[in-house]
Amino acid sequence: MPLSPFAGGGRMNGRRNFLRNTLAFLVSGTAIGGGILKLFPSSALAKEAPRKGKWYGFGVSVDKCIGCGRCMEACKVENDVPREPFFFRTWVERYIIRKDGEAVVKAINPNAEPMAADTSGDRSILRSFFVPKLCNQCADPPCAQVCPVGATFQTADGVVLVNEKTCVGCRYCIQACPYGARYLHPVTRTADKCTFCYHRISQDLLPACVEVCPTQARIFGDLNSSASPLSRFRRMNKIHVLKPALNTEPKAYYAGLDGEVR
Amino acid sequence: MNQELLHTLKEIMPQITGYIYPNEIEVHWGLLIVVYPYITGIVAGAFILASLVKVFNVKEVQPLYRLSLLTALSYLLVAPLPLLSHLGHPERCFEMFLTPQPSSAMAMFGFVYAWYLMAVLLIEIWFVYRVDMIVWAEGGSGPMKWIHKVLSLFSRDRSESAVTFDHKALKTITIIGIPSAFLLHGYVGFIFGSVKANPWWSSVLMPIAFLFSAIVSGVALVILLYMVITPLTGGKINMKCVDKAVDFLFYAVIVDFTLEFVDFIHRIYQSEEEIKILSEMVMSKLFMSLVIIQVLLGMILPLGIIGATKIFKRRFTLNEDLRKMLYFISVLLIQFGIFTMRWNVVIGGQMFSKSFRGLTTYKMEVTGIEGLLYTLVLLCLPLVILTVLMKILPPWKEMREEDKSLEGGTPGSLPAPGA
Repeated sequence: MPLSPFAGGGRMNGRRNFLRNTLAFLVSGTAIGGGILKLFPSSALAKEAPRKGKWYGFGVSVDKCIGCGRCMEACKVENDVPREPFFFRTWVERYIIRKDGEAVVKAINPNAEPMAADTSGDRSILRSFFVPKLCNQCADPPCAQVCPVGATFQTADGVVLVNEKTCVGCRYCIQACPYGARYLHPVTRTADKCTFCYHRISQDLLPACVEVCPTQARIFGDLNSSASPLSRFRRMNKIHVLKPALNTEPKAYYAGLDGEVR
Repeated sequence: MNQELLHTLKEIMPQITGYIYPNEIEVHWGLLIVVYPYITGIVAGAFILASLVKVFNVKEVQPLYRLSLLTALSYLLVAPLPLLSHLGHPERCFEMFLTPQPSSAMAMFGFVYAWYLMAVLLIEIWFVYRVDMIVWAEGGSGPMKWIHKVLSLFSRDRSESAVTFDHKALKTITIIGIPSAFLLHGYVGFIFGSVKANPWWSSVLMPIAFLFSAIVSGVALVILLYMVITPLTGGKINMKCVDKAVDFLFYAVIVDFTLEFVDFIHRIYQSEEEIKILSEMVMSKLFMSLVIIQVLLGMILPLGIIGATKIFKRRFTLNEDLRKMLYFISVLLIQFGIFTMRWNVVIGGQMFSKSFRGLTTYKMEVTGIEGLLYTLVLLCLPLVILTVLMKILPPWKEMREEDKSLEGGTPGSLPAPGA
């Protein structure tokens, strides 16, 4: 049973549903009701993971990240993300919180010299840390809701993907993503985003960024399996998600997250 | 790789203030998406002005009836172009009709658009012009005769019962048409208002504010066109009609202004997480376009001018030319005001980061598909279409109603179609 209205979406299902709705409309006019209902995400149903099968999520241990930027590099190489510093499937932010409360935030530039992680010499700094960011693979993805052609869809195992063969490049999904996790690929002219390295995880490999992380700040796993590293990570830590008020049900779980991080 | 894009992005980088997410440097919805709500707004507004005549029987604005219908049609024909040109893959646009995602508001565009074009506007115009087209086809010659014959779908019935039916049909279509016009533009507002990730857009007032600004821009444009076209074609501006239309415009601007003011006050009073970055944006990047052009020049100044002509009515009734000039300036200012409102909504909504920590900037191109020149072409195209439409379906019959009674002319003295 699909737990999200978008689960198993994509082009074929969209077309099939549309034809079915049209037929139903011709017979009874019920498609209008059905169509309107589908405008609303059935949040109450979508939140929980399916009882069977995999339901992938991501963990980030903020305290472990040293801002080396190898994850960004690995992601760009693995997924053919343009090398220019404007397009990212994943990136790392650096926060410096000063004693007067001021927060200075920067994104790490993978090509530049590594930033000094040690700020203990500077007395005006209260604390500093790195925060890796990526697509939150929301259980209720607003990007999939708004895509006019169903090119952005959620797989049965909870990964939000883009079908670049049907994406029309309207960029509504980019506007709808609260996490800035999407961009328009300058070559394909279609929307692009983190796929959890779907080509790798479907062969039981880890996403590239997780594989290269030298401190294991990035954790990947199946939320339905209590033995997975991610489930263990969630048990052992106090967990936060980004922008919980937007009710997108993110599946990127942060341990040790500072209130300054948005 | 798109070198031009990279070049633009590199130029923008030094102008970024604070922290923005790295994917946010590019402003994704540019000038073309500003033009889209502006054009659809005119369609909805012009149609609502037309329905004033038919449904609410406002006799004074009768001369504007046909002109506003033709204006609505010519702008509606252009409305999908900016969207289409903006797509990364325009050749796939039909996917929106074949495999629409039922959960997406944007997927409904084609259906709302087609409904409005086919079921409302074209049918209404056909019924309005049916008898005239028969007359023109009978009296005309050459290709114009055939154009009218084909356009009237070869109908020849001019009997009284047929004309009565036309009137009945018109009334019904207009009654369906008003909510449809509301739907068309309310829906455009909904596309923005429903993006919860973007606090500048995400507001329940957005569809309704879009609707009233649509009425404002449509009515203002039809008045403007009437004031320009009538003298050009040798007619006399009917001031009773303009007075009434400006009256209507005045109230619509007040409602629009109130709505936007309520939205503004509400945001400040609520003072949510994003308020700091939004006020920083308004005071720096949007100050000129929002505070000066949209609010002061586009709303308060024309409201003041029209208000003055109302308060000092006696003085202004005597001097018709002065009134004409003041109206002309007001509708022109209102037109600019509404266009900048679209700009401030669309571009403003993308200038601040969703991290609420920084601002990016929008660099307008001159050439290219997203550029200024192409946009100007898109803005002029409806006027070209309107000129052609007015040749084929002259709106003079009602535009010159007043002339006839003034000068005792006959319908025969009106310019013939194609003239």
